[in-house]
Amino acid sequence: MRTLLLTMAVFLILFGCDRRDTLHPVESHKGPVAYGDTIIEGTSGDANTLLPVLASDSASSEINGLVYSSLVRYDKDLKIEGELAESWEISADNLTITFHLRSGVTWHDGTPFTAEDVLFTYRLYIDPKTPTAYAEQYRQVATAQVLDPTTFRVSYRQPLAKALISWGELSVLPRHLLEGEDVTKSPLARHPVGTGPFRFVEWKPGEKIVLEANPDYFEGRPYLDRVVYRIIPDESTMFLELQAGGLDTMGLNPIQYQTQTDSPAFKRQFVKYRYPAFAYTYLGYNLNRPLFQDKRVRQALSYAINKKEIIEGVLLGLGQESTGPYKPGTWPYNSAVKRYPYDPERARTLLAEAGWTDSDGDGILDKDGKPFAFTIVTNQGNDQRVKSGEIIQRRFREIGVDVKLRVIEWASFLNEFINPGNFDATILGWTVPIDPDGYNVWHSSKTGPRELNFVGFKNAEVDELLEKGRRTLETAERKKYYDRFQEILAEEQPYTFLYVPDALPVVASRFQGIEPAPAGITYNFIRWYVPKEAQKYAR
Amino acid sequence: MWIYIGKRLLMMVPLVLGITLISFVVIHLAPGEPTDMQTQLNPEASVELQGRLRAYYGLDQPLHVQYGRWLSRMARLDFGDSFAQDHRPVLDKIVERLPITILINVLSIVVILALAIPIGILSATRRNSPFDRFTTIFVFVGFATPSFWLALLLMDFFGVRMGIFPIAGLKSFGHDYLGWASRILDMAHHLVLPVFVSAFGGLAGFSRYMRSNMLEVIRQDYILTARAKGLPERGVIYKHALRNALLPVITILGLSVPGLIGGSVIFETIFAIPGMGKLFYDGVMMRDYPLIMGVLVLGAGLTLIGNLIADLGYALADPRIRNA
Repeated sequence: MRTLLLTMAVFLILFGCDRRDTLHPVESHKGPVAYGDTIIEGTSGDANTLLPVLASDSASSEINGLVYSSLVRYDKDLKIEGELAESWEISADNLTITFHLRSGVTWHDGTPFTAEDVLFTYRLYIDPKTPTAYAEQYRQVATAQVLDPTTFRVSYRQPLAKALISWGELSVLPRHLLEGEDVTKSPLARHPVGTGPFRFVEWKPGEKIVLEANPDYFEGRPYLDRVVYRIIPDESTMFLELQAGGLDTMGLNPIQYQTQTDSPAFKRQFVKYRYPAFAYTYLGYNLNRPLFQDKRVRQALSYAINKKEIIEGVLLGLGQESTGPYKPGTWPYNSAVKRYPYDPERARTLLAEAGWTDSDGDGILDKDGKPFAFTIVTNQGNDQRVKSGEIIQRRFREIGVDVKLRVIEWASFLNEFINPGNFDATILGWTVPIDPDGYNVWHSSKTGPRELNFVGFKNAEVDELLEKGRRTLETAERKKYYDRFQEILAEEQPYTFLYVPDALPVVASRFQGIEPAPAGITYNFIRWYVPKEAQKYAR
Repeated sequence: MWIYIGKRLLMMVPLVLGITLISFVVIHLAPGEPTDMQTQLNPEASVELQGRLRAYYGLDQPLHVQYGRWLSRMARLDFGDSFAQDHRPVLDKIVERLPITILINVLSIVVILALAIPIGILSATRRNSPFDRFTTIFVFVGFATPSFWLALLLMDFFGVRMGIFPIAGLKSFGHDYLGWASRILDMAHHLVLPVFVSAFGGLAGFSRYMRSNMLEVIRQDYILTARAKGLPERGVIYKHALRNALLPVITILGLSVPGLIGGSVIFETIFAIPGMGKLFYDGVMMRDYPLIMGVLVLGAGLTLIGNLIADLGYALADPRIRNA
């Protein structure tokens, strides 16, 4: 999960780029493939730890992704391919995976990599003494064994759809440096040693992290000599620094993308990319509240929201409508589900059917003497969610629903409102994992305190579909389950799915070899290059 | 005198205990816990695992037990390890950020004094002149200007358009390859905008204070005497009046010493300077209790020591205090 979420959450994951918006680099930067030059990337937060088993923030995870490797990974078309594993076999009963590892791979300190490292890493993750939040999927493993230095085998008690890709989320750690050590005190947290395409050079806390090309990388040395992450917490400062030439790449916000990057000088220096992010924003209703227990009420509220207006107003058009928990264009996405176009008349009719009418003439609907009023809560620090809430508030008022909006600091928001189920409705977002397993968010067993189905969605058919979906490895069959799952969600509307925002990265135009694909642009980062005459940094 | 010092030191013990106890309780009362960052809304973190992480950090213990543990570590001058995922010693994290914070604060105080004292004197001696009115408006504009806004305007103008000053950070990309003289120059170059912005907002306080002190002193009888015996006006102002007018300013300066280790979050965020303000703010946001307590204890300690030194100074000067 981590390696993916990480890459996803951060700005550089460039999924499904829209080529119309890709400016063509200037001719002078064309040239033959060459080694050298440095890419300087802006990041808003400093990394926490460069030990992947402990890291959960996006900055740490992105750097760890370059320094460490996993057994498998997603390729540019989001299919699973080998990384440290050359090949693998899955047994006929879907319970056992045998990985055949690459031979001749070495750690950055020269020690050979073997299957023992993989076994050690697995044991470290599931060790109760390791303070990691990412152990859950490895606890499903019944046995893990090393057959020979290049063969690693794991067996599960029951088939698990995510079993294979879960080994893509586990960064293999060096056993020779960690065995017998207290993992929280390991010097590796400040000075990582991996098998990945880049080696660690230095880390100046709060300032920068520097990596250099690993000449012995098993897929060949990366073309770029160095990768520098500069920590610049403020997004306006970061954008000014980009324009002044102090950064080569960053993620833009919609205002910067639409209004501040049109000058000829900017277009000469940078190439903008745009593609839907692996994330969506939603308005979730607390189904334990009597107010929202009638399906017609939730449908009416969805009809009353103008998603297009939110996308125009909040994202300046840089996003698309969301209809369910998957990203449009990926295999689990079902485009044929019921939709809720903006239709206030329909909303009023549905509410009237559910018994909500304006009987006292004060402009607010009421039923049994109680007005239709509730509060939407969201977290501080996410401007897009707050603005969406304001637009929704106005539209709800037009159909006679009185809504208050409360914006609360993140920790209080979770602990006082979301976890105890003490809210009417909330605007939040989820990142979308590439594997469609939605068990933790939608299954009725996950409605307890501090669990993720905090809206209290319980549907027997959905439970069954999710259980089948995560135990089936055949994609076509899984799709059937998840298609039906999306139909039910669309009908029930436990959330009003609002929008899928676009990721808006920008890269200096001297970098060549960037080929947008469904997986974004960073999948071939080691093949990015700068032609000799366009190189900017000698060291 | 020694008895007095001893008494003062003894009185500090309950004070320190009180400060730490209140801080400890207050930060634990705030909703949220250090483990939230890792586990909240994380599909991979089960409830059982959340419990295990809480136990790992000792958060499952009653508050008084947690305070007792913290206090016993503190008594051995062990600030503990940060609850952030880097698990680094709190003291290391603070020490690595102190020099730059102190440097910027000292520089900006120097700049403030260098500007505020002359401005104060001149506007006092030329009271209600155009200069007085202009500087009054100028320093209050500075006082009222949001520093982040001013910083962004200056960065855009001097950094992007003119290309004279670097925008963010403290070092150029190739800083490590420079000689020591060029390194200092490089850093000074980076410090111009941050120091200007942080000093600009502080001008108003000091210059108005200087002006009113000066006005008061000028009205004193001994100034009249000095003028009456025919001293030139320069001598009157700079030799006789200035010294007395400066005394209260020096007192205020002394009181601002604990502030030297405090940083400003907004300012450090805008200029991408890794200082104390950002460290403390991030610590609060992720409920990193040992780090928060570490910074608070350090601040409280400096304040108490500052007060002690001031009191000792008074006691030295005035026997009535030390014998009381």
